[in-house]
Amino acid sequence: MTNGRRQNIVWFTLSIVLFLVVWEAVCRLLQMPAFILPPPSSVLAALWQQRELLFGLHLWVTLREVLLGLAVSILVALVLTFLMNFSRTVERLVYPYLVISQTIPIIALSPVFILWFGYDLSGKIAVTILFTFFPIVVSAFDGIRSADRQMVQLLKTMGANRWQVFVKLQVPSSLPQFFSGLKVAATYSVSGATIGEWLGASAGLGYFGRRASGNFQAPALFASVLLLSFLGIMLFWLAGLLEKRMTGRRRKRKINKGERFL
Amino acid sequence: MKLQFSQVSFSYGTQPVLQKLQLQVNSGEFVSLVGPSGIGKSTIFQLANGLLQPDEGTIELDGKPEQNRLGKLAYMPQKDLLLNWRTVVENAALPLEIQGLSRREAHKRVIEQLDRFGLADWADAYPEELSGGMRQRVSFLRAAITGCRVLLLDEPFSALDGITRVDMQEWLLSMWQTLGITIILITHDIDEAILLADRVLVLSEQPIRQVHEFNVALPRPRTVGNRHLPQFQQTSEQIWRVLREARQPATVRLQRGDNR
Repeated sequence: MTNGRRQNIVWFTLSIVLFLVVWEAVCRLLQMPAFILPPPSSVLAALWQQRELLFGLHLWVTLREVLLGLAVSILVALVLTFLMNFSRTVERLVYPYLVISQTIPIIALSPVFILWFGYDLSGKIAVTILFTFFPIVVSAFDGIRSADRQMVQLLKTMGANRWQVFVKLQVPSSLPQFFSGLKVAATYSVSGATIGEWLGASAGLGYFGRRASGNFQAPALFASVLLLSFLGIMLFWLAGLLEKRMTGRRRKRKINKGERFL
Repeated sequence: MKLQFSQVSFSYGTQPVLQKLQLQVNSGEFVSLVGPSGIGKSTIFQLANGLLQPDEGTIELDGKPEQNRLGKLAYMPQKDLLLNWRTVVENAALPLEIQGLSRREAHKRVIEQLDRFGLADWADAYPEELSGGMRQRVSFLRAAITGCRVLLLDEPFSALDGITRVDMQEWLLSMWQTLGITIILITHDIDEAILLADRVLVLSEQPIRQVHEFNVALPRPRTVGNRHLPQFQQTSEQIWRVLREARQPATVRLQRGDNR
């Protein structure tokens, strides 16, 4: 690990500790009512007291919705990107809707999806897909289209067919954009599952948080928010890890080279 | 391989670029194409390599009219256009992969050639780690390894600094002599055109109806020092005259004020 990176970690830890200390101090010194802003100590206490419910049930329910929703989104988005790339008709029929869809308030559409797909798991997955599908497909397709036109021509002069242009040029050059879309979608997916649960559920972190809010159990509500944030961060990190795996040969080499000079 | 344009006409929309152009480049020849920007030099290349098709006339390879020329002539663009996620070997192996060779076989063939192209120490380097001259060498290797007997070079050295450019010109000459291929070079630099080529073709009018042809009577092997020979100066002066005369009528039109 480089010196700069170690310093970053030290500073980040320091800032979190400072944040928690100030939060705790504000609650205690100003004697904040616990149902408005609970101190971090009581949030952690609630997390511990409810650990069996939170970790044993609700976290898994939400995680399942998120992962299934994301997986379906990625799969369908990639298939659609592929079809749009190879068929001008499909592109003309579909692409305008993808652009317009970016401007629709997705939250407003969520109850419609619940109406169609029901209050069970499929409804939550549908809402998660609603949140994650568009950023993935737009970034994937824009990435595919971003391939250098001169490079496409050069490949054609080598005798490449469309498939070879796709595999050798378009797919690799789309990866950076695809992964930035995937990272956005990874964090959106948690919001999608949460909103799906708000609209009607009997388990899950979103359901748990809303119930805690209704009962003025602020520490429990904050505990569920903490877990949901943690889930989002984990997914974001996983997407980053996948990106490094798929495009990371360069980076690995660069680090080696850096070490050679040390 | 011999390349021939017979009565070739081509236009972009309503703008004619070529009109009944005759052009021939013989096997093993080194020919330079010189002319002002935008006159259609690159269009001639795109017609030759099959990216464009003529409106009229035929383009012949080795005397036979050939419709599908993609993959039959190697093309080296002005920008090196190396893929930044591929190493030197992987970049140069690209045309072989497209020809259907396995990755391993393609890499093997490239590695055999690296030394000859002065890239032996850079096999696993990524383009961003290379200097401009090195990148052009990789780009040239990528064109040469296709196995095509005609190489189209579109201002390959225009982005290089002066010293590197001279190095690369001499390097290109030696590569041409060892590979025994036909090279057609587009350049803005008249000295470069003369120094490298057997024949310089000057394009001066638009649309292009004919080319002015200059045989370069310099002995080979040549070096950069040949620029000071009287034959060199003479050819250079003749080419300048053609280019200047072609510009004259336009200047007159401007003075009369009836320019479009």
